[in-house]
Amino acid sequence: MTTNPTNLPVPGFTPEEHKSKIGFCEMLKGGVIMDVVDPEQAMIAQDAGACAVMALERVPADIRKDGGVARASDPDMIAGIQAAVSIPVMAKVRIGHFVEAQMLESMKVDCIDESEVLTPADEEFHVDKRAFKTPFVCGCRDLGEALRRIHEGAAMIRTKGEAGTGNVVEAVRHMRTLMSGIRALQGLDAMQMDKKAAELRVPVELVTWVRDHQKLPVPNFSAGGVATPADASLMMQLGAEAVFVGSGIFKSGDPVLRARAIVRAVTNFRDPSVLVEVSKGLGEPMVGINIDTLPDDQLLAKRGV
Amino acid sequence: MASDANGRAAPLVGVLALQGDFEDHQVSLEALGLRTTQVRSAAQLGAIDALVLPGGESTTMLKLLELEDLWEPLGAALRSGVPTLATCAGMILLAQSVEDPAQRCYGLLPITVVRNGYGRQYESGTFALTPATDELPTDLEGTFIRAPRVTAVTGACEVLARRGADPVLLRKGNLLAAAFHPELCVGHPVTSIFAAMVRAVADSA
Repeated sequence: MTTNPTNLPVPGFTPEEHKSKIGFCEMLKGGVIMDVVDPEQAMIAQDAGACAVMALERVPADIRKDGGVARASDPDMIAGIQAAVSIPVMAKVRIGHFVEAQMLESMKVDCIDESEVLTPADEEFHVDKRAFKTPFVCGCRDLGEALRRIHEGAAMIRTKGEAGTGNVVEAVRHMRTLMSGIRALQGLDAMQMDKKAAELRVPVELVTWVRDHQKLPVPNFSAGGVATPADASLMMQLGAEAVFVGSGIFKSGDPVLRARAIVRAVTNFRDPSVLVEVSKGLGEPMVGINIDTLPDDQLLAKRGV
Repeated sequence: MASDANGRAAPLVGVLALQGDFEDHQVSLEALGLRTTQVRSAAQLGAIDALVLPGGESTTMLKLLELEDLWEPLGAALRSGVPTLATCAGMILLAQSVEDPAQRCYGLLPITVVRNGYGRQYESGTFALTPATDELPTDLEGTFIRAPRVTAVTGACEVLARRGADPVLLRKGNLLAAAFHPELCVGHPVTSIFAAMVRAVADSA
């Protein structure tokens, strides 16, 4: 039996914020959100069945390669993508950069990703997401990060993974850590919950909601390193409700075929026969990076805890 | 298992589960005593007493209906008269004509809809509606999320509720379609109307 989050008030969200912001994110469930860098890629993504696109100037693999400070994208480029497709358009802001977020809201971007993929603008505070009408998605590596972002107003959580590597190992680690963090709340009494809330640095009401419903109060998506239909299905079977694919599609040999295959893999994530069918003859996947060869200062997931 | 006073199993509602908020529909239908199952293939359409086409992205659903070879089987099920609730993206699939952009639709409901007709997500929200039937509470509200806008009713069709002048809840025969998201409404007033339609058909069978 699933729980209906909309009928269960979430601490910190008004009923209206709940329905319009979290409701928007509910509509993306079972879908694939694809990173695109121009209108042409956005149209390919839409035609392949993406439920939304993330407009950004460089996919994470290129941000990693180029180095330097990565910032929010050129408004012109975002507007071009908004004009090209009818599906929702998301865009990224630097962690804590509320002015970049104000600009995206003014452009009526459908959802703002406060993302560790860009260079953080504030090492202490994230954006106060309650001050916005636009829903936000934020990354997390564990339950504490997830609940801190929700407390700040995030209407959707995605596990961070390690973007731009084509390696799913960190996405798996973060999803497993998050889910076991949720399960570990079972049976805690009031005193233990107070201690847990202090440890996670969020109000006890939020932790209690998660203990009682055994899920996050907002949709829980996966990101960072998904490169194949099997990777996407793996994340769904581990508990993700939708999947972000960044560099994995347009850095591969045949983006059209791969995009369509990952869309089908997410819909049919429990059906290995469909996964076999869609994985045939996909061409070259993006070249992956072994995370343990990355120096510590190049690990994006450590940003914004 | 949910059952009626005579111990018969409750009607089984198939919820199209290609993409979108199908689970929210399952929760509201089950809260009203119906059974539900997720539909992703033609074979799964066989055993159901009613259908739900949920909200989500209509282009995504359209693409998946084609990729999963479901367009024709689902169309046949809809034309057979099985009671159907279609919300937001689901309503777009049932329409006679879709604009901005034009896209394929089943043409079973005589309406013209404009996609995202109320604007982008920034314009989304919950609005007071005017019911045109005493089957609905007078304080009815609807949550519109990048919702389609009905710009014309082109044939016989009952308008059950409006937002301003716009029809937002329509019924034709066994089809019930909403531009908003009844599955996000506390108390499920619209889904209750659908549940009554489903039970009426099941009882007459």
